[in-house]
Amino acid sequence: MKGKLQELRNRALEIINNAVDLSALEQARVDLLGKKSELSGVMKQMGKLTADERRELGQMANELRSELEQQLESKKAAVAAAALELKLKSERIDVTAPGKKLPMGNQHPLHLVLDEIKEIFVGMGYEIVDGPEVEYDLYNFEMLNIPRDHPARDTQDTFYVTDNILLRTQTSPMQVRTMLKGKLPIRVIVPGRVYRSDEVDATHSPVFHQIEGLVVDKGVTLGDLKATLEVFAKRLYGDDAVVRFHPSHFPFTEPSAEMDIMCFHCHGEGCPLCKGEGWIEILGCGMVHPKVLENCGIDPEVYSGWALGMGLERVVMRKYQIDDLRLFYENDLRFLTQFN
Amino acid sequence: MLLSKKWLSEFVDVDVTPREFANTMAMTGFCVGGYECEGDAIDGVVVGKILKIERHPTISKYFVCQVDVGNGVVLQQVTAATNLVEGGYCPVCLPGGHVKGQPPIGDADFDGVKSSGMLCSLPELGLTENDFPYGIENGIFFIEEPCEVGQDIRPVLGLDDTVFDMEITANRPDGHSVIGMAREVAAAFGKSYKGHEPIVKGGAGNIEEILKVRVDAPDLCPRYTARAVKNVKIGPSPKWLRERIRAGGMRPINNIVDITNYIMMEYGQPMHAFDIRELIGKGGGAEIVVRQAGEDKTFVTLDHQERTLSPEILMICNAHEPVGLAGIMGGLQSGIKDDTTTVVFESANFYGPGLRRSGRKLGLRTDALAHYEKGIDAQMTLDAVNRCCELCELLGCAETLDGVIDIDNTGYKQRVITLDADRINQLCGTEIPKEKMVEILKSLQFDVRDDDVYVPAFRADVEGIADLAEEVIRIYGLDKVPAQLHKGGTPQGKYSPEQKFERQLVSTLLGFGFFEAITYTFISPRWYDKIRLSETSPLRRSVVISNPLGEDTSIMRTTTLPSMLETLSKNYNFRNPSARIYELGKIFIPNDDVEVLPDERVILTLGTYQAGDFYALKGVVESLVQALNLAPAVFTACRDNPTFHPGRCASISIGGKWSA
Repeated sequence: MKGKLQELRNRALEIINNAVDLSALEQARVDLLGKKSELSGVMKQMGKLTADERRELGQMANELRSELEQQLESKKAAVAAAALELKLKSERIDVTAPGKKLPMGNQHPLHLVLDEIKEIFVGMGYEIVDGPEVEYDLYNFEMLNIPRDHPARDTQDTFYVTDNILLRTQTSPMQVRTMLKGKLPIRVIVPGRVYRSDEVDATHSPVFHQIEGLVVDKGVTLGDLKATLEVFAKRLYGDDAVVRFHPSHFPFTEPSAEMDIMCFHCHGEGCPLCKGEGWIEILGCGMVHPKVLENCGIDPEVYSGWALGMGLERVVMRKYQIDDLRLFYENDLRFLTQFN
Repeated sequence: MLLSKKWLSEFVDVDVTPREFANTMAMTGFCVGGYECEGDAIDGVVVGKILKIERHPTISKYFVCQVDVGNGVVLQQVTAATNLVEGGYCPVCLPGGHVKGQPPIGDADFDGVKSSGMLCSLPELGLTENDFPYGIENGIFFIEEPCEVGQDIRPVLGLDDTVFDMEITANRPDGHSVIGMAREVAAAFGKSYKGHEPIVKGGAGNIEEILKVRVDAPDLCPRYTARAVKNVKIGPSPKWLRERIRAGGMRPINNIVDITNYIMMEYGQPMHAFDIRELIGKGGGAEIVVRQAGEDKTFVTLDHQERTLSPEILMICNAHEPVGLAGIMGGLQSGIKDDTTTVVFESANFYGPGLRRSGRKLGLRTDALAHYEKGIDAQMTLDAVNRCCELCELLGCAETLDGVIDIDNTGYKQRVITLDADRINQLCGTEIPKEKMVEILKSLQFDVRDDDVYVPAFRADVEGIADLAEEVIRIYGLDKVPAQLHKGGTPQGKYSPEQKFERQLVSTLLGFGFFEAITYTFISPRWYDKIRLSETSPLRRSVVISNPLGEDTSIMRTTTLPSMLETLSKNYNFRNPSARIYELGKIFIPNDDVEVLPDERVILTLGTYQAGDFYALKGVVESLVQALNLAPAVFTACRDNPTFHPGRCASISIGGKWSA
């Protein structure tokens, strides 16, 4: 019997070893370990043996059984691994081929850049406030030191609703509204739509966007204004941006200035992009006029402030080299999708 | 404002390149929009002398000239011009040179006769008969100015000036004059300003004997100053005067007209020259009455237009009838004629806003009006009229009568501001010594005595300490102001809850593949018909613009829907295959009281085509609501919305609140 078991083991190991796939292995398991297998036959015959022989042979047969089970399992794992490898090999794809994209929208370029600008000012401690687009003449002009017959009204051709109500021509009325609230100090940014009765062409639109900034506090100086706007310009245009301030005039600031940025293209030498000047005007600014502070119930002897106003379209056109303002309001997806 | 460098140099010595000039002036608040040197348009044109003229041997309409162009060079030129004079001096474009707007001149061959270079006409040099009244425009220009053969033509004809286009801010009406700019240039470059006090000889009788002036509307005419000249000889102005007029962007006409234009450019004071004959009423002496139009209904201006007057418009009249629109334009009969002998010069100050209203009503804009409406200094009328008479005497074209009629209702008192140097330094964040401030203010022609700043009359814009700060800082240099970030506590910069909500809303929509549109907030009222709003819909009541560009943009929208449909339709027409678009835009719901502002609300609008069915859009709404942590959206069938498919429209409510 021992010899038979030994011979059976040799044969069984060979069968297992020769099995090439999972079904052959399953067949081998049935043949070698099933109820009708030789090993089962040997076990059945054990009743005829003496107790000693039974113990000895029983142990041998059990050992053989578990050895074969183990062999079957490891062979099965090996076959499965080989099969998997084969499968994976056959399933190889070109991972450099383009992916299947999920639809992804984007903001309008005006709002993309506006968000960037908001972010810069929020980082410097500013709040963002919104104001009405249909506005009182009082706030849009009169309280900003622009009375009825002021020549500045000529350059801001105005849409009127009634004699006293108009579509705001600038975001500056929000300076008045913010100051009238009486909460000091003030540090706000006001982005918004403004309206002027210009016919539509490549550089004019009856609707455009401005960003107003206002700071009012004790001891605010022209130096603060310069520093803040220099930081702003470097954050928006990069650390190598060079700015200059030159005096200008706005009825609601005194002194008034404009900030220019050195032409990115010619670095101040003068080129067609900057019309030969070497500098490109970015925004208007100045110290809040004492009359405006007074109009808004703030004592100019105690408080001072500065304000800025910039056109958003101009900044965005420069940033993306867009040469026609009309594209912003046409909403052609071929345009809008370019900012993804 | 066109500023001639040559003219400027009569008042201040500044010798810098145009670029340097532009930069320095910009840094003091006067930007240069551009500059032009007339002579740059031509090159290689010299004075030539015609030595000999012969007919062309074969082509009878041509002449062959031998022209001495200096340095012993004689060029042979063929020309069709017929006004040739042997021994005459004329501009010659040398081979390789060029005239205005033309390619370089080379050699040519006229049936075997060589021609080298070109004899030039006035237009080829960018000039007209007005600039050189002794020349003709359709022939060779023969020079009567002192010149030498071979000399560059530009200095000979005054084409060597540089003209700057100065951008003058609204607070500086004084900048619209050569004198005003000269004062600024002197301060900007630290040079002295050489002012000129006009000196009039007079002696030709007294103005009181020939003219009376009455101002009936002193509010609209704060000051009226007049002088008279007689024995006027009308003729062309001398070359220097014509050059100045041209540099200022006007055409030389005749000596008297040119002088009045010259004064307007030099002082910024519009002048008017009356032929005294038009001021003489029936049988009486000459009289000027400054009054409002009142009963006069129409008036024919010198451009032959009949103008409809309104009663408040200010007129210059004789004893019986209007002769001019005050400060705007003279009448048809007014003006200087060839036989004019006695001229009254008006140097008046009219109330700018009043004139501005009149100009708008009449639909008329003139250079004089432009000066007045900016608000000019009433204290210069006397100097200006004196300068006018001085020039007449200088040109020898008239004799001045003694006396000046000067009706002054300005009640002018010089403004005095205390120089608080500390306050200026506080406002600017600077440490400029007081002495430096005084020096700057004096360079700008302010008088400073014992901490009191006496503001010159031409600087009405300077009212208080903030204005003084601006004067100091713009000459001191804005670039020298130290930049320093705010001192004091750290403020809290943050987005409000609404702004955070909006940002989350937007980023979610972008994730769903929507693109943002920005549309006009004013629309056409017909768009309400397009979305089939019922005639009685409250949405049809909109804020109406009283002066719109056109009907298409005449009302403020009460719904964003037509704007979105328009956007989708445009994209469809652009043949974009599909669209997912959102807009976060305002609508304007009018108040019952028209003098109260409308209610402005931000509305989210979604629109798609070729991007799924109703359920796809519904899914977007549901996911959006989820992403924003709102209560689930409830969809209820809506069968009566006239804009939408009756079977495919839903109302959405969130947390019991309805949204359209």
